[in-house]
Amino acid sequence: MTWLDILILLVRCLVLALASATLFAYFTLFERRLLAKFQHRIGPNRAGYIPLPGGKKLFGGWLQPAADAVKLFLKEDVVPAMADKWVYIMAPGFAVVPALIIWVAIPLGTWPDGMGGNWLHYAPIDVGVLYLLAVTSIGVYGIAIAGWASNNKYSMIGGVRASAQVISYELALGFAILAVVMQNSTFRTEEIVTSQGLIWNIIPQFLGFIIFLIASTAEVVRSPFDLVEAEQELVGGYNTEYGSMKFALFFMSEYIKLIAMNAIAVTLFLGGGNFPGIDTLVAAIKTSNGDTIAYAVQGALTLGAFLLKTTALSFLSVWVRASVPRVRYDQLMHLGWKVLLPLGLFNVVMTAVFGVLFPADSLIAKIIMCVVGVIVVVIVSATATPKHAKRGVTLVNPSAGN
Amino acid sequence: MLGAFFKGLGTTFKYLFKKPVTVQYPEEKRQVHERFRGRHQLNRFENGMERCIGCSLCSAACPSDAILVIPAENNPTAPNSPGERFAARYEINMLRCIFCGYCEDACPTNAITLEHHYELSFYDRKSAIYDKTMLLVPIDKGHGDIPPVLTQMNRRPSPPAQIDL
Repeated sequence: MTWLDILILLVRCLVLALASATLFAYFTLFERRLLAKFQHRIGPNRAGYIPLPGGKKLFGGWLQPAADAVKLFLKEDVVPAMADKWVYIMAPGFAVVPALIIWVAIPLGTWPDGMGGNWLHYAPIDVGVLYLLAVTSIGVYGIAIAGWASNNKYSMIGGVRASAQVISYELALGFAILAVVMQNSTFRTEEIVTSQGLIWNIIPQFLGFIIFLIASTAEVVRSPFDLVEAEQELVGGYNTEYGSMKFALFFMSEYIKLIAMNAIAVTLFLGGGNFPGIDTLVAAIKTSNGDTIAYAVQGALTLGAFLLKTTALSFLSVWVRASVPRVRYDQLMHLGWKVLLPLGLFNVVMTAVFGVLFPADSLIAKIIMCVVGVIVVVIVSATATPKHAKRGVTLVNPSAGN
Repeated sequence: MLGAFFKGLGTTFKYLFKKPVTVQYPEEKRQVHERFRGRHQLNRFENGMERCIGCSLCSAACPSDAILVIPAENNPTAPNSPGERFAARYEINMLRCIFCGYCEDACPTNAITLEHHYELSFYDRKSAIYDKTMLLVPIDKGHGDIPPVLTQMNRRPSPPAQIDL
């Protein structure tokens, strides 16, 4: 590896970090505008616009993230007197670094560099899926130690809740991903994408996809599983004592993790950056314009498709946030341990059985698995609700004459 | 569980395509009802004379003690108002006012009315006190003739009964 390679790598990493930060910034705007629409409001539409003739304004509010960032930078940065100072200061870093490095193992598209590599896939490691699991769960460290270092009861409870929740849902998440690994018989994320072909994993792994969506929402402690920062009970949860840019880093890590989870879902279940017809299109450009342009076009198209799919899942996240109230803590644990974990196990068993019974890439097997998945989801959702405690008092009718 | 979930999603999705109920406030102001009780104004008669005769009934009626009236005798050659007295000082503390409209009810000459203006914000407590120059309408905004009872300067009608104008 020459110094030039290292330089290129550094530049690529910088681009990725900045891109994910920008993605975060515009995701907040996307979410705020969309939430406003869902709630019958208008949303932020003032900061920055492109004036059109006739007094119309295009892209109203596109500078809102920049305005928010400036505001947060200029705020007073307070360290509580009783806080564990260095841990307190380091905690946002602990939270934000895992959120940023998730992205290296996700194939964002296919842009071959002509030497067997891929510009849009930073780390094509053998255990890419395990890396994703490990890094997404290590992010809870930042939250937990932030809660501890703040020396505040609310923060502490928030941090403890985060740890408990992430540990609970990691199992279901792991099983959902394990079934995908079994389906495609590889741990490499880019091979999972290519081996999905035209029938994306969402068809055979429908059950796994549902489990993954729910568990990943809980994993990134997002509404309706945002008990970590339940305002009514915990003020702000683990970030109660944080202000200014430190708070912004927590905010950023949370949202980047959410987008990354959606990106992982796209990679594992929705065919990554692939879409029907991309191969013939690239082959056609390759014969007419040569390799370099064909690769560039392929890169741009697959990246676009990938971002489009991620945006669709992000829309779903915002939509669910706008619609579903926060769950109670016992409901959260019920769902994680008594519903999603058995379902995940069932899904793994089903994938294994179908993998043995049918030849690889059997269309019938995929369709049957999809049907079974849909049926299981419907039955489980109809029956598996937390039981209410029986009333311990027997009520008696008032006797006549009294 | 699933049915309720999708019902909730459907409800919010419906709202996605509706027109927002909020308005672009500084540019677009929401209309108020006809009987909306906003900022007060001191009215005039058609000929430009002040309607307020300085009787202080509004001040007495005010439940939050927001109104200060200091009356003075009219100069007979150049009267500010018909009748014998007028309000030399008339101040309403907008931080105390609860916009109940009792002053309006108490006023015998319909001098004080609560209007539709609701943008009452100030940078300091001093400027929350609206004085007579701010409350009094321009001379050309007067309405109604002076009732005969107020033109009889020498009669000194007292106490001022409700004069329905």
